[in-house]
Amino acid sequence: MAKPTELTRHIESYVNSSATPTDQATSLDAIGFLVKTDALTIESLVKELEMYLTTTDDVVRARGILLLSEVLTLIESKPLSSATIHSLVGFFKDRLADWKALRGSLVGCLALIRRKGAVGAVTGSDAKSIAQSFLEYLQVQSLGQYDRKGEHLIYGICEAIDAEKDPDCLMLAFHIVESLGQLNPDPSGLLASFAKDLFDILEAYFPIHFTHPTGGDTPVQIHDLSRALMSAFSAIPLFEPFVIPLLLEKLSSSLPSAQIESLRYLRSCSSKYGAEKIGKYARTIWSSLKNIISAYLGEPDFSFTGAPVYGIGFPENEFVVEALSLLQLLIVQNSSLLVSLIVDDEDFNIIFNIVAPCEKYDSIPVHEKKKLRVVGRILYVTAKTSISSCNAVFQSIFSRIMDNLGFSVSNIDSSANGDIFPTQRVKFGFLYLCIELLAGCMELTAVSKKPALQYVLEHEKCCTILHNFSTPLFNAFGSVLAVSSDVCSHDPDIYIGVKGLQILAMFCLDGFPISISMFTNILRKFMSIIMEDFNKTILWEAALKALFHIGSSVHKFHESEKATSYSSLVVEKIVELLSLDDISLPFTLKLEALSVIGMTGTKNMLIVLQGLAGAVFGNLSEVHRNLKSLETAVQLLQCYSCKLLPWIHENGGSEDFVVQFAVDIWSQAGNCMDFSTPFEGKDLLDAMMKVMKLSVASCSVESQNTITQKANSVLSSNSNFQLNELDRLPLTPGKYDIPLRDEWILSLFASVIIAVSPKTCIPNIRVLLHLFMKTLLKGVVPVAQALGSMINKLLSNSNDAEISSDLTLEEALDFIFNTKIWFSSTDLLQRCNGTSNGKEMVLTDLCLGISNDRSLQINALCGLSWIGKGLLLRGHEKIKDISMIFMECLISGLKSALPLVQDSLESIEEQNLDPLVMKSAADAFHILMSDSEVCLNKKFHAIVRPLYKQRFFSSMMPIFLQLITKSLSPSSRSFLYRAFAHIVSDTPLIVIQSEAKKLIPILLDCLSMLTEDIQDGDILYGLLLVLSGILTNKNGWEAVTENAHVIINCLIKLMDYPHKMLVRETAIQCLVAMSQLPHVRIYPLRTQVLGAISMALDDKKRAVRHEAVRCRQAWLGVICIKESSFLKLTNHFPCSWKPS
Amino acid sequence: MASGLINPNPIIYKKKDRRPRTLSSDENDVEPIDLQEIFDILFSNSIDPEHPKSLEELGVVTEEGIEVDDQKSYVRVTFKPTMEHCSMATLIGLCIRVKLMRSLPSRYKVDIRVAPGSHATEAAVNKQLNDKERVSVVLENPTLVDIIDECLTPSYD
Repeated sequence: MAKPTELTRHIESYVNSSATPTDQATSLDAIGFLVKTDALTIESLVKELEMYLTTTDDVVRARGILLLSEVLTLIESKPLSSATIHSLVGFFKDRLADWKALRGSLVGCLALIRRKGAVGAVTGSDAKSIAQSFLEYLQVQSLGQYDRKGEHLIYGICEAIDAEKDPDCLMLAFHIVESLGQLNPDPSGLLASFAKDLFDILEAYFPIHFTHPTGGDTPVQIHDLSRALMSAFSAIPLFEPFVIPLLLEKLSSSLPSAQIESLRYLRSCSSKYGAEKIGKYARTIWSSLKNIISAYLGEPDFSFTGAPVYGIGFPENEFVVEALSLLQLLIVQNSSLLVSLIVDDEDFNIIFNIVAPCEKYDSIPVHEKKKLRVVGRILYVTAKTSISSCNAVFQSIFSRIMDNLGFSVSNIDSSANGDIFPTQRVKFGFLYLCIELLAGCMELTAVSKKPALQYVLEHEKCCTILHNFSTPLFNAFGSVLAVSSDVCSHDPDIYIGVKGLQILAMFCLDGFPISISMFTNILRKFMSIIMEDFNKTILWEAALKALFHIGSSVHKFHESEKATSYSSLVVEKIVELLSLDDISLPFTLKLEALSVIGMTGTKNMLIVLQGLAGAVFGNLSEVHRNLKSLETAVQLLQCYSCKLLPWIHENGGSEDFVVQFAVDIWSQAGNCMDFSTPFEGKDLLDAMMKVMKLSVASCSVESQNTITQKANSVLSSNSNFQLNELDRLPLTPGKYDIPLRDEWILSLFASVIIAVSPKTCIPNIRVLLHLFMKTLLKGVVPVAQALGSMINKLLSNSNDAEISSDLTLEEALDFIFNTKIWFSSTDLLQRCNGTSNGKEMVLTDLCLGISNDRSLQINALCGLSWIGKGLLLRGHEKIKDISMIFMECLISGLKSALPLVQDSLESIEEQNLDPLVMKSAADAFHILMSDSEVCLNKKFHAIVRPLYKQRFFSSMMPIFLQLITKSLSPSSRSFLYRAFAHIVSDTPLIVIQSEAKKLIPILLDCLSMLTEDIQDGDILYGLLLVLSGILTNKNGWEAVTENAHVIINCLIKLMDYPHKMLVRETAIQCLVAMSQLPHVRIYPLRTQVLGAISMALDDKKRAVRHEAVRCRQAWLGVICIKESSFLKLTNHFPCSWKPS
Repeated sequence: MASGLINPNPIIYKKKDRRPRTLSSDENDVEPIDLQEIFDILFSNSIDPEHPKSLEELGVVTEEGIEVDDQKSYVRVTFKPTMEHCSMATLIGLCIRVKLMRSLPSRYKVDIRVAPGSHATEAAVNKQLNDKERVSVVLENPTLVDIIDECLTPSYD
């Protein structure tokens, strides 16, 4: 037994109305748990609660009763003795009279009624008594009007629901009716005489019209209500004589919501009432459905973009979807009746006689096109619903279509003549309907994959008929394609031809009803299009898409025979195309076909990949002799990295290949990089680096280790780097030449390092650090990125976790920042003298330009910025020191501002900093803040600390704000602004908005400074977007209003910024936003703005003009409204108030 | 509005599908004002004071009725009132004129005409619409400007 104190505490907490809802919920759960685990019996709980259940304080009593009933709800599945239940029923029943504590009683009653028989349910008599008291006490408003209430339960329920408007109560009421139906299934029972009355009341609610705002306090949504009413309707089959006519009537309503609701209700009722009851309405429902479908189905648009894999349906609206699914249900229930209705329908006959014989789609009038589609859809649904309906419709309509098309039965497949089709017109309409039927039949067979069912299917009428006609059908589709013109993207001929052949090929039974030879003929046909008709873009793309769908379905259904022929006829052929130079298919199309076909399944992908690898290495070995091979290799590698690798990553399966391919590239790397000029093979290097990065990034750690080791061995065998002794030598950048080949191999290696995960072991890491530092100073950017990535992923000393690599972050940082770099002076004279006038200094000194060597300084700055990015992402403190170094480079003659690097500066004399150096220091902030695609991102397993940008922004801003107020040289100021612009445009807007007041003046200065150089267009645009973010946000309102005048001046200046359209467009949009400011502030600027806009109306770009019209309207409009409202106001004044 | 509509039940024409524009990525490409742009200016909101439909749907202005030459800074719009005796013809024409005046560069000369044979007092309306002085007189009348502004209340996006 639980301690009473604890229980009491819980009870008190629950009953206490000042406790928080969470506390109450916890207490409830605790009590529920006690009862569930038998630590507390329900009887003792009641005893414990006694005081609360009977107190005269309404609030406490209500909470007490609610607690008891909530506990009962919690233990619904716990067995209780019938005596307990009986007494509980008695209690709640009586409490129903207590309207102040009603909710608890209701919940309690519900909880009791919901109990299942096995765990002790409410007895019939108890239920009745609950219901009675329910009626007795709850109908307060109409009490006394009905004396018979005590006798007639149902009548009371009617009374309870009638004219109820509260959504929550309605939900309950509908549930009651639903359970009433479930409790009284007897058609001649109690309910029978009241069905009509009950329905009369319910009827008024259909369709649910509910205009409460969504969300907010009302948890009940129109959807829930509609569902509840639907269940109520369908739960009582006795409603049938009333419901169905009502729904049918509403079906032809002019209110779309009523129509769609009717469709849903009809479906629900039909499935609940059963075939027999609905059967008699079938005819009426059918004609209504036909009307609905005709009304909402548009004409077919024959575009491949929205086309589904199966069937030829086009996007449909929900009315059609509902109507068709209702139709499907009806066919399932009353198959023969519905099919005969459909087959014998008069409208169908009209279509058959008038529309279908048209030879060209365009010769059919628009509304007839719609009808054709309606018939098509209905036939499709009929065919796909059941075997019997499919048989029936094939026997009647399909045969009729075949007759009309003039096809005769042929059992000989071989008569299908692979390639040559007569270029004759086929009756388009019939062929269209025919495809709908085929699609339906195909879907029917696709769902029945069990062998037993297949056997049955093979003897079904629809399949034999189809089998007999497959050859003429194939020929007909082929002929349609032969006459297709390929002029517009909505060519019905191409659509019909391609879809028809595709559906035939996708019948998923191996060899029946479409024979294997037919299947191969279809594949051949498509392949001939792929190889020859590449000038007809739409046809070509459609054929490729069809091949893709066929391949995917063959792969999905494991059809062995078909898979073999698909593989030999399509996949291998496409792979072969890569090496064939004699066919005129452009290479880009070959690659497109290759990637699409590869994506049909993992097996095919493997074939494609092997073919691709062969072609890649074949071409790589030729790159020096043959310029075309170089191009081809680049394209192949791009296809691999952009299309195939993402697919592999998503669908899995080929990691072995990916690893092997990467390793093979390394084996070849040394041979294919002997280019004499950097321009020649740059594309190849880029393509290889991208492949390498993506391959490594997508692999498991194990595979990454394999690739890294291979890369390392290739790098080590490259004697130029002297890896073996590198770490013993002093760090000397040497002269500025590094062989191109070495640089490229190093870059490729860097791309591996960039992409590895933190867990991957990098061999020789200390030596690499040396090598990277050395080459970084020579300006090899990928190396700097690799170094940054390495720093980002290294484990720190402070981490308690075991350190797998032999280098910690602290060691690496120590090495980078404290190792003296030794280099001979570049002074020519000294070098000639042979004296070793070398200097030694650390990386940061180089960045500060102590070496007096500009390019070295710039390289060092670039390297430092990538290292800094690595640190910034992981949230390392060191980033502060690094950004100080960049700042120091921006500012000359202001040493005192930055005490941090004061010492090192003392050694150099006051000098004017080089603008190029200053620019790279300013752009370092861009590297730090922008999201990079090439390295240090999530894809390449970088460690990214949340909110790092926000933190960096708030630590840098005070420094910037302080520096900007100082007197600076013009160039320092301009580069400082540049750095500021980089930081601000990459910081999340929300942070900027909260600082708007401080930032706006600097932002405006930045904007006008950046207009000076054409090359700064992108930075300018980025910054302008920040400004527009401030303008459109309420937080910045005050600051914007204060600065309205300056902002508008700045925007007007930007409005004729000649180098970037987006800048002009955005500036005008900002002006539109400014027109919303308080009238007093902007009125004086009106003339100026309007004058400037009238110039923008004549901008050379359309988008700018469009915005200018809008802006002019806004600025005109504001004033007009103000003036006219002022006028109106004065008119309304009494005469005596008018200013005299 | 319900009472006293002059043409209570006009024929509604289907909106013509427009080809999407191909955006030029070159900053220096000049995109001249063309027919489609004039069309967009006119049909970005409804102008017809009687019917809240766009002029296109009412068949008042069609693509064929617009003539534009960016080089010569000239645009002519020929419109067809919904009825021969439509008393609103002048107002429609005025709205079209104001709309274009506000949206086109000042170098443009705007010429608004009623389609030949589509209106009973064709000549008078034309004269009124293209008389500079009359137009500026109208635009100085606050009541009329209010009406025009109401017709031109933008419904962008």
